[in-house]
Amino acid sequence: MASGGIPQDAIVIGAGIVGASAAFALAQLGVRVVVIEASTPAGGATAAGMGHLCVIDDSPAQLALTSYSLSLWQRLSAVLPAEAEYHRAGTIWIAADDAELDAARQKLATLASAGVQAEMLDEAQLRQAEPNLRPGLPGGLLMPDDAIVYAPPVVRWMLHQVREKGGQVLTGAKVVRIDPKVVLLADHRALPADLIVVATGVWAPELFPGLPVRPRKGHLAITDRYPGFCRHQLVELAYIKNAHGHSEESVSFNIQPRTTGQLLIGSSRQYNATDAAVEPRMLRKVLARATQLMPGIANLNVLRAWTGFRAATLDSLPIIGPHPARPDLYFATGHEGLGLTTSLATAALLAAHLTGEPTPLDPAAFAADRPTLLEPEPHA
Amino acid sequence: MPDDRVPILVDGQPFDAPREASAAVAAMLALGPALRTSVSGRPRGPLCGMGVCHECRLTIDGVLHQRSCLVPVKPGMNLQTDRPQPAASAEAEPTASEEPPP
Amino acid sequence: MTDHAADILVVGAGPAGMAAAVRAAELGRSVILLDENPTPGGQIWRGPTDEARPWIDRANAAGVRTLSSSALVQPLSRGAYLASTPAGPARIAANATILATGGRELFLPFPGWDLPGVFGVGALQALAKSGYDLAGKNILVAGSGPLLLAVSAWLRETGSNVLAIAEQADPAQIRRFALSLIRWPSKVRQALSLKFALLGVPYWTGSWPVRAEGDTRLRSVVLADGLREMRVECDILACGFGLVPETHLASALGCEVRTGAVVVDDFGRTSVGDVFAAGELTGIGGHEKSLVEGQIAGLAAAEREDLARDLLPTLARAKAFAGVLAEVFRLRRELRSLPTHDTIVCRCEDVSWSRIKGNASWREAKIQTRCGMGPCQGRICGPAVSFLTGWEVADARPPISPASVSTLLSSTDDMEAS
Repeated sequence: MASGGIPQDAIVIGAGIVGASAAFALAQLGVRVVVIEASTPAGGATAAGMGHLCVIDDSPAQLALTSYSLSLWQRLSAVLPAEAEYHRAGTIWIAADDAELDAARQKLATLASAGVQAEMLDEAQLRQAEPNLRPGLPGGLLMPDDAIVYAPPVVRWMLHQVREKGGQVLTGAKVVRIDPKVVLLADHRALPADLIVVATGVWAPELFPGLPVRPRKGHLAITDRYPGFCRHQLVELAYIKNAHGHSEESVSFNIQPRTTGQLLIGSSRQYNATDAAVEPRMLRKVLARATQLMPGIANLNVLRAWTGFRAATLDSLPIIGPHPARPDLYFATGHEGLGLTTSLATAALLAAHLTGEPTPLDPAAFAADRPTLLEPEPHA
Repeated sequence: MPDDRVPILVDGQPFDAPREASAAVAAMLALGPALRTSVSGRPRGPLCGMGVCHECRLTIDGVLHQRSCLVPVKPGMNLQTDRPQPAASAEAEPTASEEPPP
Repeated sequence: MTDHAADILVVGAGPAGMAAAVRAAELGRSVILLDENPTPGGQIWRGPTDEARPWIDRANAAGVRTLSSSALVQPLSRGAYLASTPAGPARIAANATILATGGRELFLPFPGWDLPGVFGVGALQALAKSGYDLAGKNILVAGSGPLLLAVSAWLRETGSNVLAIAEQADPAQIRRFALSLIRWPSKVRQALSLKFALLGVPYWTGSWPVRAEGDTRLRSVVLADGLREMRVECDILACGFGLVPETHLASALGCEVRTGAVVVDDFGRTSVGDVFAAGELTGIGGHEKSLVEGQIAGLAAAEREDLARDLLPTLARAKAFAGVLAEVFRLRRELRSLPTHDTIVCRCEDVSWSRIKGNASWREAKIQTRCGMGPCQGRICGPAVSFLTGWEVADARPPISPASVSTLLSSTDDMEAS
């Protein structure tokens, strides 16, 4: 696709981490940006998620996207405010059995060929790294460069930079329609722009009925403070199968220690959910999986449980790119559970689309008109 | 031991608590009103007296984060604040323990 | 896991809850009365006082099953709840639920309010009744409401030295209130006996605390009246600015809450089917209102609205008095300026006022600063921030009170079939 050229004016719809990152990148390019947010900035999936910045290798495109984005986060971390709490906690992918351990070795090879740092941990090393894991786990894969960030202050900081560069942020403003180069709000205001970036997460199909993005509900819980209980983000290898797969319901072990000593316990995926209420059954499944791998969790106190909705696509890759028939429209949505991680790369792709500068990524993998959005890939 | 006192431990030291005391009251009688440290290091003590504020949190019989104003003292009860504990008792950690009180 | 089933579950064993449980049980309904505290009576009675005893005796005689030191953790399905009890997690199922979770003190932040030695007003009395020895201690009482007088009188009777009472309401309001008591002769008697009990204790109306001072504990308090400031050295500050309904459980069950109180019809029905609310929870009104409303809800839940109807005039009178109280002790706007830049507003997460006030809403403040996301889940800072900013402070997520993972794991799928 030919480069779009840097527009004078742009509107970004959605002030989650993806929208804020896009607006930030546009402002850096000298574009006059208006960000339109229906509710509270960072108030959707951005606030609900775990804040995990991780490299995922379920496909070559995902591997490239997440590893490139992680390097951008490393660079940005130098200027982020303290409230963002960016820190390199590292991720340990846990193998529950020997088959998973083999899968971990393959993962190591894949990551190595992409230049991503990782190392195998055997049973003893795993126990030493995380003494509260149950005994008998054959090992795991440590990815030391994975990080954790608290996203809402990052969104606030990015929007502040946008304003500093002359941009505007409208909150509590709902978009009802997008006409060519004009955005119509619920209060009847019509805002013109040369470029309109759609970063509305699960709400994208509201504006584009038929856009192949589905909400995927997740449950999370946070405990009281238990410093030292856990040191790395811990994820079971089966997580990737569940995230990449499309069963109606799945649960995977995913634990994160906060700097406060609180434990974030996840994770679950449901396509069949009708509302945002916490379902005792799903919460139980998440907690049960957690105690299976870390028995001491049973004695920790849960302060709060909540849900969030990921914007999921059929091929598990986001939609980043121009609308095939409307060059004024650019999609930045469908990031499933990796919106935070890949927000910066998403913004970089947007910038590259406008400037024509290359990135390490092939935009074709994320194109809005790719066939795998509508039909699953044939099995290998 | 007088009938109206209950022998307990507060930060490793024996203390005779009044029979009707909650663990929070017993700890305050033994140590003064500052029972814990806030997340940024400020001294704190009970505020609401009724289990709402969570400022009376103590480790009770090895279980962390108990709202001590809701727990009546029992003979032999072991109350620990978040201060460095005496060498004899280990730093309180979550262990397999009985169901914590609500 | 234990299973408890009853016609009616009453949550909260204060005056409203006890009255509800008694009336329903005396009509032959099976009733479970659940309370977090080790003994029934709620905050105002705190165990078998003279006023509480008749109700406790009637409850026992009528076969009310009391679950003490117990709390609801999570709703499972309509009328079924996961609860934690001293014997472990339990499932409680009831055809009707009466929420009587009472009120809690409103704490407004000012510099030093988080020092050890600063307690709530009802809080100090509760702690003293639990053996906190205050004999000879110098206590300054501040804030607002009739509770200041009642507790000060009690503190004096039990041997403490109440230095003074600082009531933020203006002298003119208090005088008007005193005159209006003519309508309620029993209140006149109460007021006179309080006045007698408090002879010699200065009652400084139109004054409020602006600063609590001390390093690791309280040493002195600075009071202001809009013109001057005065420092009072004291061992203890008992400070509370009236009561607010404890709506957390009601919110978690989806009941409509407006201006911080649960919305109910004449018979105590909330917006959620088969869930009733009574007492301070529907609006702060003192224990007379609680006793009447509790009875009405108990009778209505037992499907005897005809008997409940007889109590409506009594309730109207109690509510009228509650309305007068709310007017008289309305919080003055100067209290909104008490917190400074650095004053901690969310004590669980140590979030200062400067970080909170720069937001557009409670939700934004929460996600940006994590205020309200600590162990108390906004129970202390929420009402304070609502007063300071005018923001709607709502939302309650499960669990209703902190529960261990193993407790949350103890329910099973079949318990959630609605």
